[in-house]
Amino acid sequence: MKRLFLIEFDKLRANRSSRILISVYFILLTSIALIAAIKFDIGPIEFHLAEQGIFNFPYIWHFNAFMAAFFKIFLAVVIVSMTANEYSNKTLKQNLIDGLSKREFLHTKWVMIIFLAGISTLFVFVVSLILGLIYSTYNELSIMVMDLEFILAYFIKLLAFFAFCLFLGTAIKRSAFALGFLGVWQMFEGICYGLLLWKSPSWLNAEDVYRLFPLNAMSNLVPEPFSKLSAVRNLAKQVGEEVTKNTNVQLLDVGIVLLWCYVFYLLTYRLLKRRDL
Amino acid sequence: MNTILQVSKLTKKFGFLTAVNQLSFSIEKGHVYGILGPNGSGKSTTLGMILNVVNPSAGNFSWFGGAQNTHQALKRVGAIIERPNFYPYMTAEQNLRLVCRIKEVPQSKIDEKLALVDLAERKFDKFRTYSLGMKQRLAIASALLNDPEILILDEPTNGLDPKGIAQVRGIIQKIAAQGTTILLASHLLDEVEKVCSHVLVLQKGTQIYFGPVTALTTDHGYFELNATDTTALKDVLQNMSQIKEIEERGALIIAYPKEVVRAETISKMLTSKGVVLTHLVQKHKSLEEQFLTLTQNS
Repeated sequence: MKRLFLIEFDKLRANRSSRILISVYFILLTSIALIAAIKFDIGPIEFHLAEQGIFNFPYIWHFNAFMAAFFKIFLAVVIVSMTANEYSNKTLKQNLIDGLSKREFLHTKWVMIIFLAGISTLFVFVVSLILGLIYSTYNELSIMVMDLEFILAYFIKLLAFFAFCLFLGTAIKRSAFALGFLGVWQMFEGICYGLLLWKSPSWLNAEDVYRLFPLNAMSNLVPEPFSKLSAVRNLAKQVGEEVTKNTNVQLLDVGIVLLWCYVFYLLTYRLLKRRDL
Repeated sequence: MNTILQVSKLTKKFGFLTAVNQLSFSIEKGHVYGILGPNGSGKSTTLGMILNVVNPSAGNFSWFGGAQNTHQALKRVGAIIERPNFYPYMTAEQNLRLVCRIKEVPQSKIDEKLALVDLAERKFDKFRTYSLGMKQRLAIASALLNDPEILILDEPTNGLDPKGIAQVRGIIQKIAAQGTTILLASHLLDEVEKVCSHVLVLQKGTQIYFGPVTALTTDHGYFELNATDTTALKDVLQNMSQIKEIEERGALIIAYPKEVVRAETISKMLTSKGVVLTHLVQKHKSLEEQFLTLTQNS
């Protein structure tokens, strides 16, 4: 395990663009804290975002888990390119000749994506904890540990996304095309959803099918947090809407996403195993 | 256990094309083996299969008596395939450190092996700044990191300039002299003839010869002759029982013996018949000529 991690870590550490992208990623994650500085003070209207309750425990876990996920594309670029480069530099071939098995090779990559997802989760946890301790109205431990499942959901979401990237990098072997494909796939899911809404037979619920799609399942894992805000609820009430949307982590979504992780693992391994180099 | 590699009926098909067809051979410790064959005869595919990067269509092989998985066994092997493959953004030292981690050997060997291939001074330079010759030498250093029990080389001098070729050959000869088993694939016949004790000859994926080089090159040889009276010379030769056939090549007469004949026997016989020789040389076919005959016959 340690050996597999060090093999991948050496490759990553020596690569300048990966180093830069990873640094930028963590700087951006920290910048969530800057939201606290958003403050309008125009005459009678005084607005300080940090005091609108977004940094209250336990809401902050949900809010930050949702916001932080937007930056994952930076790490996705690193993962796709570190996989595709193994093909273009033919170093995958050399690694195998040197005595790494195909499964071990896949595991070096998986250990790395677990590590990256883990570090990112830890980072979000620490940043949220600090922001919460500064701005939260409630500081009781029992409230602080509520809704921590969003942080776990964030980890699973990231892991699944990286597993998808790893699979695309292996399948397409070119970083740019693999990332392009990721965008195309996002559109494909949207189009499928549209088609399902439009044409699906009465016995088939479009929402239920759409829920199974990988990228949608990942985004369902940490749903948008805004409708939870009291300000938003009040606004909705005024226009006569009752917010009934589920905004919690659902076990079914966790199951679907974990299943996708496993599917991507298996598909990547199958590709590695079958291909002649 | 002296068998390093046992290959039986190894076959690779790419669609309709059979790149390697039912290859069977074995590699014993301490010898230097050559795989000969024109471009596209299946040399690299064969090596790819035994090195775990090409999936065989049929047949099998086993390393070191089959006691270990292929990938475990490969940690005891050193191999260089076609072009040197390293991480371009890493220095020579970083690249070798990675290989050490994969092969699970101590990193203390890095400096020693870099010195062996004359790259110690450039070890902190990135791989992408290297010339082809330096890349190839780094590949050799990398293959030697684990002090392999067998070294596999695929066209190690391909694309190098004469100086690079000489350097790489020198290193190979040095390694062979230490008693390391070597498997060398090449289409350069003199290269194989210089270093190999055994050869495997491939043509269109089929094995047409496997055995010692000496058995391939030492047939009965042939004689180049000339005399003041060529007609008489031809007459006498044709009537000699030891001579199989003769042919004219330019001004010279070539005589192929049926059995081992010594030059003085021929000379005495001709002198006794009154033929005065102006030229008599006994020659052996080079590996190249032998190879061409082999590949033409099949």
